[in-house]
Amino acid sequence: MAEANVSSDATVRLRVDGLAKSYGTGDKAKVVIEDLTFTVNAGEMVCIVGPSGVGKTTLLKCLAGLQPATRGQASIDGRTISGPPPEMALVFQDYNRSLMPWLTVRKNLMLPLRHLRLPAAEAKERCDSALEAVGLSHAEHQYPWQLSGGMQQRVAIARALAYRPEILIMDEPFASVDAQTRFDLEDLCLKIRQDFGMTILVVTHDIDEAVYLSDRVVVLGSKPAKVLKIVDVDLPAPRDQITTRSLPEFARQRTDVLSLIKRPA
Amino acid sequence: MNRKAVNWSLGVGAPLLLVALWWTLSSTSTNTFFPPLSIILERFQALWLFDHFTSDVLLSLRNLLLGYALATVIGVGLGFIIALVPVARWVLDPLIHFFRGIPPVALVPIFISLIGFGVEMRLLSITLAALFPTLIATVDGIRSVDSGLKDVSAVYRLTRREKMVQVYLPAAGPHIASGMQVSLQVAFIVMIASEMLGSSQGIGAMTLLAQQSFMISDMWAGILLLGIIGFAANLLFEIIKNKVLAWYVGSKRLARTA
Ligand SMILES: Nc1ncnc2c1ncn2[C@@H]1O[C@H](COP(=O)(O)OP(=O)(O)O)[C@@H](O)[C@H]1O
Ligand SMILES: [Mg+2]
Repeated sequence: MAEANVSSDATVRLRVDGLAKSYGTGDKAKVVIEDLTFTVNAGEMVCIVGPSGVGKTTLLKCLAGLQPATRGQASIDGRTISGPPPEMALVFQDYNRSLMPWLTVRKNLMLPLRHLRLPAAEAKERCDSALEAVGLSHAEHQYPWQLSGGMQQRVAIARALAYRPEILIMDEPFASVDAQTRFDLEDLCLKIRQDFGMTILVVTHDIDEAVYLSDRVVVLGSKPAKVLKIVDVDLPAPRDQITTRSLPEFARQRTDVLSLIKRPA
Repeated sequence: MNRKAVNWSLGVGAPLLLVALWWTLSSTSTNTFFPPLSIILERFQALWLFDHFTSDVLLSLRNLLLGYALATVIGVGLGFIIALVPVARWVLDPLIHFFRGIPPVALVPIFISLIGFGVEMRLLSITLAALFPTLIATVDGIRSVDSGLKDVSAVYRLTRREKMVQVYLPAAGPHIASGMQVSLQVAFIVMIASEMLGSSQGIGAMTLLAQQSFMISDMWAGILLLGIIGFAANLLFEIIKNKVLAWYVGSKRLARTA
């Protein structure tokens, strides 16, 4: 069966297929995700939007191989995900629980790179450019706990960037940064997709952000979670914070998504 | 800065003041049990510098250091195993909780009857007694490693070894250090007790011997030396801890002021 699918799915990188997840077993089982199916193509930027508590983080943990799905599966290039995939990096929602407090910013970035056993020069270059990209070169010798929440989240993003994953997944990455930094980081996302051909999946609850960033928006709704709709966003590239957001098309797309979420269940 | 200076001068000044007080109040003492400090210091010099220095002082210190080092290594190692290997936990947990309930000094007579009065007995007593605080703190520390950090280690596919050395060990560091500090105190107590109960060598044995032969000044000199060693050991530990766990000390200080 997989054989037959290969040619038609040549560009599908990530596939979520009838995925369900409940916590606990038996009578006490709590169904968080009922049935999710969607795909992410190679080099695509997809945003997942949905109300808080719907199960977005739960979904990402399944995708990252941190916990098994109860039913269905997720796969990368047709291989079922059963543990953390080597080509993937995940930026967690809880930035203050995802950085090592005993390591400086630079050493936090180096931790996964040391595992990769890169030549020292390349590791250094990757750290430098990742820190530069998130605007934290000046903070490289500080400890995470000396930084603001927004800066910590940028460190976590820089760590993922330095890892150079083929697939980057981020869980509400810009929730705690100020508006200006947020715009910068959104544009950074668009740029790294361009430069490295990364496949990027971003969870957000900001609908404007989802429309601005995405090629497609997966709208999740109702508890337990299911896909309400997958909205194709056809805004022209390159996108720009001012011109793209002022397009009538942008307003129409965000209204589409908003009405899906606002609709009483 | 200023406050630090004040703290330092208090830290140094208070003991000096006490010594001065002791000196003046005891200078005319005729009470046999509280000889003048000047005489105690004379005996201190005669006894420990350097007559019994190698035969007793160094011997005690060597036992203390060796026993403590062994206890730390075994405690941390065993702690990792118990925290991370479920089977080991089921087998060893009850055993540990039984042994930790026994006051360390009470173990000494058992060892004396089992392996006699030798250096091995003292070393074993120190090691075994000092083992538990570090062991239990290590287990606690590893079990309380944040699941967020575990997830990060998994996502970046760190190997088991990398997780141990680069994530679990530093994350459990503050726990382990407080366990090690208790272990140090226990090791010190057991060092003295083991010498008093089953030896003719060492500072503890000398001090007890002095008391039994009514050489009260010698006894005081022994107690003074023990006090100095205990104080110095703890101070050294604090200095090293604050250096190694500077990140922890710093983050706690920041959390308090914020
Ligand atoms: N480990 C867990 N055990 C039990 N319930 C959980 C666990 N993790 C999350 N949940 C529950 O699953 C639901 C979805 O949580 P989450 O995936 O974090 O939502 P979101 O990221 O969309 O805000 C919540 O009701 C939460 O309480
Ligand atoms: Mg979430």
